[in-house]
Amino acid sequence: MNHYPLWKNLLIIFVIALCTLYALPNLFGEDPAVQISAGYARDTKMDENVKDKALAKLKAANIEYGKVELDETQLLIRFADTDVQLKAYSLLKDDMGADFVVAQNLAPATPSWLTAFGAKPMYLGLDLRGGVHFLMEVDMDEAIKQDEELLIGELKLVFRDKKLYNRGLLRMKGQGIKVLFRDVEYREKAKKLLSKDYPDLKVAEYGGVDEYGLQFSFTEVSLTKRRHDALQQNITTLRNRVNELGVAEPVIQQQGAERIIVQLPGIQDTARAKEILGATASLEFRLTEGDYQKWLDAENSGTKPSGSKLYHRRDGSPVLLKNSVIVSGNQITNANSSFDQNSGSPATHVTLNGKGGKRMLKVTTKNVGKPMAVVFIEYQMETKVINGQTIKSTKKKEEVVNIATIQEPFANNFQITGLGAKEATNLALILRAGALKAPMEIVEERTIGPSLGKENIAQGQLSIIIGFLAVMVFMVLRYKVFGLAANVALLMNVVILIALLSLLQATLTLPGMAGIVLTLGMAVDANVLIFERIREEMANNSSPQASIFAGYEKAFGTIADANITTLIASVMLLSFGTGPIKGFAVTLSLGIITSMFTSILVSRAIINLVYGNKSKMKLAI
Amino acid sequence: MNILSRFDYSFDFLGKRKLATIASGILILISLASIGIKGLSFGIDFTGGTLVEVSYNIPVELEGIRTLLHSNKFEDAVVQNFGTTTDVLIRLGVYENMKNDQLSSTILALLQQQDPDVEMRRVEFVGPKVGGELVEKGGMAILLTLFGILIYVTLRFEYRFAFGSIAALIHDTIITVGFFSILGLEFDLTVLAAVLAVIGYSLNDTIVVFDRIRDNFLKMRKQSSDQIVNKSINQILGRTVMTSVTTLLVLVVLFFAGGELIHNFAVALIVGVVVGTYSSIYIASATALYLGISKADLMPIQKEGSTPVDDRP
Repeated sequence: MNHYPLWKNLLIIFVIALCTLYALPNLFGEDPAVQISAGYARDTKMDENVKDKALAKLKAANIEYGKVELDETQLLIRFADTDVQLKAYSLLKDDMGADFVVAQNLAPATPSWLTAFGAKPMYLGLDLRGGVHFLMEVDMDEAIKQDEELLIGELKLVFRDKKLYNRGLLRMKGQGIKVLFRDVEYREKAKKLLSKDYPDLKVAEYGGVDEYGLQFSFTEVSLTKRRHDALQQNITTLRNRVNELGVAEPVIQQQGAERIIVQLPGIQDTARAKEILGATASLEFRLTEGDYQKWLDAENSGTKPSGSKLYHRRDGSPVLLKNSVIVSGNQITNANSSFDQNSGSPATHVTLNGKGGKRMLKVTTKNVGKPMAVVFIEYQMETKVINGQTIKSTKKKEEVVNIATIQEPFANNFQITGLGAKEATNLALILRAGALKAPMEIVEERTIGPSLGKENIAQGQLSIIIGFLAVMVFMVLRYKVFGLAANVALLMNVVILIALLSLLQATLTLPGMAGIVLTLGMAVDANVLIFERIREEMANNSSPQASIFAGYEKAFGTIADANITTLIASVMLLSFGTGPIKGFAVTLSLGIITSMFTSILVSRAIINLVYGNKSKMKLAI
Repeated sequence: MNILSRFDYSFDFLGKRKLATIASGILILISLASIGIKGLSFGIDFTGGTLVEVSYNIPVELEGIRTLLHSNKFEDAVVQNFGTTTDVLIRLGVYENMKNDQLSSTILALLQQQDPDVEMRRVEFVGPKVGGELVEKGGMAILLTLFGILIYVTLRFEYRFAFGSIAALIHDTIITVGFFSILGLEFDLTVLAAVLAVIGYSLNDTIVVFDRIRDNFLKMRKQSSDQIVNKSINQILGRTVMTSVTTLLVLVVLFFAGGELIHNFAVALIVGVVVGTYSSIYIASATALYLGISKADLMPIQKEGSTPVDDRP
């Protein structure tokens, strides 16, 4: 007799019921929606006020909306169709103000009794939902170069302070920094100073006859940390910029040591996305040189005093700035617009990191009453078509965004006043978001238009359904009742697979769907092995019950071996794969595991149910 | 279905193993020659470059698009239909001294000037460095997979079986890749994934045959190794054919219904499954036999004092 104990049957039913529950959300489709969330690095609270404000605006414009959901991070308003969604989107985008990000989104239409269980539909990859995928590489050489230049600026001051006379600090390409001292005593002092105050430098002596040089560069540990920080800062800046694009569920992620993945679902205008993401901007605080008359003279004559450079303000008026940089953008840890406590006028409050603060204190102590400028530097890619010719150029745009007088010495915390309210907000935004630590380059792009995404889903679904039916028909023709049992097992396999993909929120891609189709064909293999074994046993004149028993028992080892080796191959794929390929590897690996459960346990339970209690019978196999 | 309902086939598979070895040898030589001489038409995943797919409302003259692109400094642009006559695929190589990530935007702008109704379907850009890395990683993935399998099969079976299965896998990989080279089909990332899946599939087949051979070595004491292997292959033939058919069924469905993007993926798997089925019958077992697999190698080690177990019913 072939029986499963009650607990085993119950376990199987429980697993299937649970998986059905978690697979269900995939049947309900999506609603067009508008998503409102707080702007990045802003203290906006998502509360009832925001909800009331948004809904009032929609009511005023006679736009009908559906379900409204509010949680700590976002407000989601659903609409009947995409036309209404678009109307509501353009309205809210303009009216909600700069503190919010308004984005179009497709919200899963999962009923609330399912979401109560935490059930969610599968997460669709960009090739299915449409959108842009960028892989960006950070120029680490440039990042280190900037750090070295900053260090040179700092050491110049330190050496001058300590009267360690030298012939200037020189950045050697790829070999750190060199400096020559007047005599051996200065060199010794400098060496001591460096090893005490700058533990992240490795220092060596060099020189010849009457040459007393030091050569130093960052240690490996320090370099690794600097690269890491550069990557992190770029990620932060990218988050900020993506914010501007109004994307519902952006993904910004580190990949490896120097790359960043940016995924923007639903974005079609890749040119704009690239411009906003790729703009390399940085900031510098510099002292001014001379007075306004001198600036005008320099502008008119084209000559400038040594050690200075001519810049322009946003309105086009000239400014002369000193060459040495006080603090650069990557030393700004935060910037906010607020109001000056004394005067009540708008102000931008800036916070610097420790090193930046020290340097700022040194410079401002000596320069009270003098003006200091904020320079915004942006590298822009320009593509122009002139006379049918495409011309590309990189333009370095340097602009003085603000000049303020140093009222008193300050360090880490200071505020810039004398601004309009909007000006203060903008300056804070620029200071906070503007600077990428190092330039980045897009090394990979994959964009899928919305129509292709929809088509891919349709084709994937069709393949799964047809493939499924074809295998089912074939199995019934070949194994009759046993074939039916295998088909139920196969169906359960798909349900469990989809439930797992939904639970794990693994990204489903088009190759992933192909993986499901392939799994369908390969999953029946275990049942084929078992059934063939049963037939063999019957040919050896075993009783039907004994044949069923032996078939399942003896085939198990083979199934395990065969599947484990296949799993080795698909796990390798998983480790190597990026993007779409990973999706294929995920579904294939999961499919192999789930198929072992269904084709052994589930099909056995069904066979037991049909044949388990009969002693005399003919097996329909 | 009747032919499938039997399991007592007695084809003399191994009697034809010389013929099979020669046939496989020729196939491998042709494949290697083609890969060596003609090479593979790698997709931009590996070479780096830009690919733009656009769609028009009505069938479009490719010549117009070609002229437009060629006269705008994109001399190497390859323009072809993709799937339908309204879909157009444009490929570009890597441009030196230029920001390559901007090329697609430029091309889209040009196409829009020519016909405002053009719709962007897909853009792919892969930098040359990333492409190079993928080649390296892909090759590494295949090697690591083979190595992992070698170890597992050695542990579970015996090293001769392990070499047999690896021989079959290398055989399948070379012929599948060779097929792509000979027909000049594009070899991209999805095809590489398919080749790895073929390795998994072919291995699955091989392991099932080996499992039966091991079983039979223990059961049938009187027959020669050749006879046992042949018998095993025959016993398992029903299953081998059945699984290949169901897998091929879904792959054919994928080929026809899965869309243009996974066309080559399906092709690679179809070729791989056919070759993999053949190799698990001929190559894997034959290699194990050439290496001199024998009963003694698979006998459970007898402990002193215990009697041999015969588990036949």
